[in-house]
This record gives sequence, C-alpha cells and structure tokens, in this order.
Amino acid sequence: MLELKVNGASRQVDADGDTPLLWVLRDHLDMPGTKYGCGMALCGACTVHVDGQPVRSCVMPVAAVAGKSVTTIEGLDGKVGRAVRQAWEAVDVPQCGYCQPGQMMSATALLTRNPKPSEAEVTEAMNGNICRCGTYDRIRRAIGDASRILGG
Amino acid sequence: MERREFLRLSLTAAGGLGIAFHLPLARQPAAAAAAPFAPNAWLRIDPDNRITFVCPSNEMGQDVHTALATLVAEELEVPVASLVIEQAPAAAVYTNAMLGGQLTGGSTSVRDAWLKLRQAGAATRGLLLEAAGRTWKLDSKLLAASGGHVTGPGGKRLSYGALAATAASLPAPDLDKVALKSPSDFTQIGSPTQKRLDTPAKLRGDRLFGIDATQPGMVYAALAQSPVIGGTVQAVDDRKARAIPGVRAVVNIGDGVAVVADHFWTAKKARDALQVKWLVGAAGAVSNDSVARALELGTGKAAAIARESGDVASGLNQASRKLEARYELPMLAHVALEPMNCLALVANGTCDIWTSTQYPEGARAAAAARGGVKPESVRIHPQFIGGGFGRRLETDAIGQAAAIAKAVPGVPVKLIWTREDDTTHDYYRPASLHTLEGGLDKYGNLVALHHRMVSPSVTARAFPAFVKDGLDPFMTEGAANLTYAIPHFRTSTVIQDTGVRVGYWRSVSHALNAFAFESFMDELASAAGKDPVAFRLALLGSQPRQRAVLDKVAAMAGWGGPAGRDRALGVASMECYGTHVATVAEVRRQGDKLRCERIWVAVDPGIAVRPDQVQAQIVSGVITGLTGALKNRITIRDGQVQETNFHQFEPLRLAQAPRIDVAIVASGAGPGGMGEVGTPLVAPALANAVARLTGKRVRSLPFSAAGVNFG
Repeated sequence: MLELKVNGASRQVDADGDTPLLWVLRDHLDMPGTKYGCGMALCGACTVHVDGQPVRSCVMPVAAVAGKSVTTIEGLDGKVGRAVRQAWEAVDVPQCGYCQPGQMMSATALLTRNPKPSEAEVTEAMNGNICRCGTYDRIRRAIGDASRILGG
Repeated sequence: MERREFLRLSLTAAGGLGIAFHLPLARQPAAAAAAPFAPNAWLRIDPDNRITFVCPSNEMGQDVHTALATLVAEELEVPVASLVIEQAPAAAVYTNAMLGGQLTGGSTSVRDAWLKLRQAGAATRGLLLEAAGRTWKLDSKLLAASGGHVTGPGGKRLSYGALAATAASLPAPDLDKVALKSPSDFTQIGSPTQKRLDTPAKLRGDRLFGIDATQPGMVYAALAQSPVIGGTVQAVDDRKARAIPGVRAVVNIGDGVAVVADHFWTAKKARDALQVKWLVGAAGAVSNDSVARALELGTGKAAAIARESGDVASGLNQASRKLEARYELPMLAHVALEPMNCLALVANGTCDIWTSTQYPEGARAAAAARGGVKPESVRIHPQFIGGGFGRRLETDAIGQAAAIAKAVPGVPVKLIWTREDDTTHDYYRPASLHTLEGGLDKYGNLVALHHRMVSPSVTARAFPAFVKDGLDPFMTEGAANLTYAIPHFRTSTVIQDTGVRVGYWRSVSHALNAFAFESFMDELASAAGKDPVAFRLALLGSQPRQRAVLDKVAAMAGWGGPAGRDRALGVASMECYGTHVATVAEVRRQGDKLRCERIWVAVDPGIAVRPDQVQAQIVSGVITGLTGALKNRITIRDGQVQETNFHQFEPLRLAQAPRIDVAIVASGAGPGGMGEVGTPLVAPALANAVARLTGKRVRSLPFSAAGVNFG
C-alpha cells in the first residue's frame, strides 16, 4: 500500500510502485481529469502538480510521489488556479478540451512563480503542452487575462 | 435532394412533448443497419420546463452541441444556455441527410441541421402557442412565446412545460408550412457573445471522453496488434503475461492478442510481455517506395473525368505558353490527442458500447459483427471526442473491444490503445500524385488547365456504394468545384491502391487538390508575369463570393505592399464545403531557417451561426494545415509504420503557431461547412510564399523533406 496526498486528501493505493502516477489517478482513484496522451512526457496532457511543481504524471512512478502533495485539475483551486479557470472560461479556450486540464495545470504553475510572464516566458512554459485542435492563440490570451486578474 | 419530412408527435414517458423527424433517405451507406431503438424525440419538454435537445452530431471540439442547439433555441424562443444537451444514440432518425448515414464529418452538421432543426423549434413553438390558445380559449395569434413561456393578454403566462401535455395532443403541423423567423429577427444565431455550452465541464476535468467512461466492475485491456497492419495472429506465447498479478485473461481476437487486467498499466505491461508471431502476407512488402511506384503506375491508367469544359487538349495545343508540374503529398496520421479506446460490455445477447465516435451507426455495426450480437441488440453511448479529424469515422477499436468483451461476458472491458498503437495503426491520409498542365494565351491569360490526381480511395473501402464510374466524390473535392472560369478545363482522378490502409483526414481531398491547384496557379501567374492575386481575380468574374474573400484577405495582409528581402507573402483561394475561403501566409527568413510568422484568412460561410467558433475553427484548421505541411509524414518500411509517438510525428506546438487573423465576410446565404475549411489552403499559401522568398518551388510535402526548414 502506498499513501498519497491528492488534492489535500490522504489516499491509500494498492499499486506497483512503478505504475505511473497518471494511471493511479485515473484507474485507482477514479479521477479522469488528468489525461493520457503519449506516455512519454511529450504532450503535457497528464500534467499535475507535485508539491506545486508541474510534472508529467505519465512518466512519474507513483512510488516517487509517496508522501508528496499531488494536485490535479479536479483540485485546481487557490488564487491562481481560480484566475486561470476564470480566464479560460471567459476566452472559451477549449475545443475538444482533451488537453486543457494539462494546459491549465501548466499555466497555473507558470503564473504561480511568475504572475507577469513575458510572451517568451509563456512560450517556454507552455511549449510542452500539445493542443491538437490548435487553441494556442486563446491559451496565450487566457494566460494574459489571468495575469491581469492576478494584478500582474 | 427531394425529400418529404414528417413530423411525429408523441407523449414521452414523463408526459412531455416529443418531436421526431423521419427523413426517408435518398441513399443508404453500406454499413447501414435497421434502427433498433425507436427514438421519439429531438426535443423533450418536461412538465418542470426542463427542455432537452437530443443532438444528432458528435462533439469533437467543433462546438456542434452549442451550434445545433442554437438553431432549435432560436425558433423555440428559449435561451440556448437553458437547454439540456443530450447526445443522440445510434438510430436512423438521426441520419445526416447530406451524408446518408449517422455520422459527423464532411463539415456538414450545421448545413444538414440548418432547416430541419429550425423547423423543429418553430413547429414546437407553434404547438405550444396553440396549446395555450386552447387552454385560455384565445386565438393563438394573440399570444407570444418567449423565454420558455407563452404569454397572453391580461398577464396570462404558462411555461412550455405546463403546456407540453396539451401540445402533444394537437395535430402535427406540415413542416414546410411552418413559418421560420427572418434572419433579421435572429437574436441567438450569429450572436458574437454566446459562450460554448461545454466549456465549464471541460475546464473541471469532468468525465466526458470515451477514455473516461466507466462501469461497475470494469476491467482494462491492452492489445498487441500486428506491426504490419492487417496481419493476423499465428501463435502466442502468453506465459510471461499470465504470470503478472492482476491479469485476468489473454484473448486472441484474430487481429490481435488482448490482455485483460484489473488496471490498464498491468494490462499494458502484460501486453508488452506477450510473444506473438504474426502472419502478414503481402502487406509486409509495403514501403514508401512501393507507394510511390504504385502512384506512378496510376499515371498511366485511364482517368475518370470529374469535370470538363471546352476541349482541354486543343486548348493546351493552341496556348502560347505551356507549363507542366507534378505535386506530391505524403501519408499523414491523425494523431488525435485522445488515443483510440472503447468500453464494451457483452452480456445476455446484448452489447453496450461507450466510446468517442464520429459514426455511431458504424460503431453499432462493428460492435454487432465482432461482439456476436444482433445490431438491434447493440446500444451505443457516444462520448465526447478528444479529437476526431476523421479518425473516429473508423470503428476498428470498437470492433476489437466488442470482440474482447465477448470473451469475458458480463464484464465491462475498456480497451485503450497506447499512443504508439494509435500512430502505427491509423487509417492514414492517402498519398497523392497530381499532374497539371496549363496553357496561357499571348496576353498571359489562363486558357487551358488539365489536372489529374492519382491516389487511393478511402471511400472505395469505407462506403463503396458512393464510388461510381471510377469516381470517388471525396477525391474530386477541391477540384471539381474549382472556382476559376477557364475556357478549357478538365480534372480527373485515377483510383490507385497502394497497399496502405487509408482514411479521411480533416478536409480530405480539399487539402490534396488545393496544394496542387493553388501552387500551380502561382506558377502560372509567375510565367504570365502577373501578380498572383490579380491573376486569380481575373478568373473569378462569375464568383462574387470568392472574389470578395480574396479581395478581403489581400487587404488584410497588405498584399502588394513592400515585402523586404527576408519576408514574402503567398496566397491561395478556394471554395470548400460550400464556404468560400482565401488565405495569405507570411514567411520570414531567420538565418538558415524560415518561419511562418502570420496567416490571414477571409472566409464567407454564408451565415456564421456561431461567429466566435467560426473564428476558432478557422484557427484550428490552420494549425492542422501547418501540422500536415511543415515536417510530418508517415514512413513505412517492410510494411511497418516507423513513426510511433510525438517525437517523430509532432503536432504543431505553441512556439511555432503563427499569429492568425480571421475575417468573416458573411454574404447572407445559407451556412457553409466550417470544421475543415481552414486547413487546405495553408500548404499552398506557404509554398507560394516560400517560392517568392527563396525562388524554390516546393512541389512535394512536407517542406522539411524538400529541404525547406521551418524553425
């Protein structure tokens, strides 16, 4: 049994330690918001926060996050998380929406450490998140709006 | 198309008003099955005034739920945001009349629904008014419907829900006589401020997509498939796989070996531990070289003529100047971000399917065939689609899931393909080879144009009844509807199998033919010494809508202004799914690399039902066009697709995304298609810009393979 802290709650998981956190979240803990896209940390759809840092959960063995604090899209909250969600909604960012939980987790991590990112900083922080529908223009716009909501 | 529409009223179980249309079909796709579940409603009004719209089209990002609901809501006089949207199951009543089947594709959803869903809303509104009139013993003409209520003199007011039972007892109106609102009275169709209805759920990470579907007692499956598509299982050694704790079963389904386990990761690990010998046959010899040889062979075959005017042979002979060119397009994968997956349950002669599909009707047929149940005993529960692009018109993974579920009856099994499975087992966009000959008169006017396309036919496999006299109508799009008036014109196709499984890919042959035609148009303009925009406009005398978008995009991009040494613009123009579109791309030189800095698109969709989402779809289409043009292609060696994951076939990323400006030039006609319109002109506009900037004419995609590297 592994003990995880997910979105503030302690969870017991009966999974092999090498199981990627992604599949523990989706299959063991029934939290489908974190998405499987590539399994190789290439697309960012599986992005979650571990102790506040964005990580690709598809390549993160669950044993490596035991005792750490995991935040998923279902638990995205706080000042920055709320600003991101508000901006994403106002801009109507999603198309198919499959990548958006990962996009929002990456954006929240960016704005948490840098409330007023430059265009280049946005590019660097978000370039690992693929949107196959191509909502990049709206993602940029929403990050700008969220930054303004945060007073950046 | 001549069609009679019938309106049927029925009381729903809840005592509400249900309305259904039955559209006798002019044509039926091959996979059509008899409707087993009698759907009784497009619209359901419950006594508590809860109004449900059953949406026939599948949501894959194109905002079809909001768009179609808006058509109903406009006429029903309710705010679209108040509607509950329910995804339609597989049933004949939800047939898309433009396609002759229940499928979401071909940029047809709004066009197909435009009249019938407004009529549905208007007819329902009329019945509710009539019901109120009877209730109050007043002429219904004195009453008004608004905001989900009918109001009358003296402050009379009843909700639609309160009137539903009375309305359901009234005779059905003749739909053709139902008065529709004048476009000038629209308050919701064309609203620039209405939000997508599905955004909040998508931002919460709700359970929406096929891959998220769950059922009590569900187990997972991972599937070993032949590395050569079409191969079958010869022998399996599953000892190592079965030894892994959590593995429930190993199932040979013929085209693969599935491991069923308590969790997906266990299933995948055990799948990877299988040792399978495959029978691959002739498909094992397919390679990009063999594909190219097949297409070359096709150039010598008789072509079927899709459109002809004048006498192209004599037109070319009499021309003052002749040009010839060949264009080639590569195979591409769809790479939807949600990999193929399907949750299936086979129990007691029935099969339930929860999946992301563009083709519920085909899903039912596939599940029946491989689940061993009758089509009428299959229930399809379509989920949101995490990217379709045509891939989810295919039902391969659905059939596989049903076959696996059949082996573990009573247990719901969710089959998930890995990204590698998905990339290597796609139905690829066909490679194509285009030969063009053009003739200019002594004034540099285009007087003759001959185009011949050689390519495999998706339709010949998927919907063979649609291929007639050697013509696949989905191969001639972007060619047979060429907008230019050319005295001597012929476009023809040769269907040439290449041994590769092919599928519809966003914008289908529009993208193939537009690359050939619109690149060649610039070559002809250059030979004539004319400006590419002016050269095109001169051929569009009878096409005011096409002229308008071309004029508009030229103005947006500052066409004809100073270019500079390291910057060039390229243009392209076409009619696409009944929508007129023109695109300009700006390419800049940055050291030894090029960069697509900006794209401008002017589009005339007739009427933009959802202007903000028209903008979103065009941007999305442009990004897809870049994904398909800059560096990606599928490589086959010894029958095996070599690209496996996003490091080898990479959707465009944010850093490469140009600024995209979209202008909607709505000319007020009926709606055109939208979901695919942004894609086809990107490659030719880029190629034309590259030619002007570098002098190098790229006639074969992707650009990277032609030595043109975009950073």
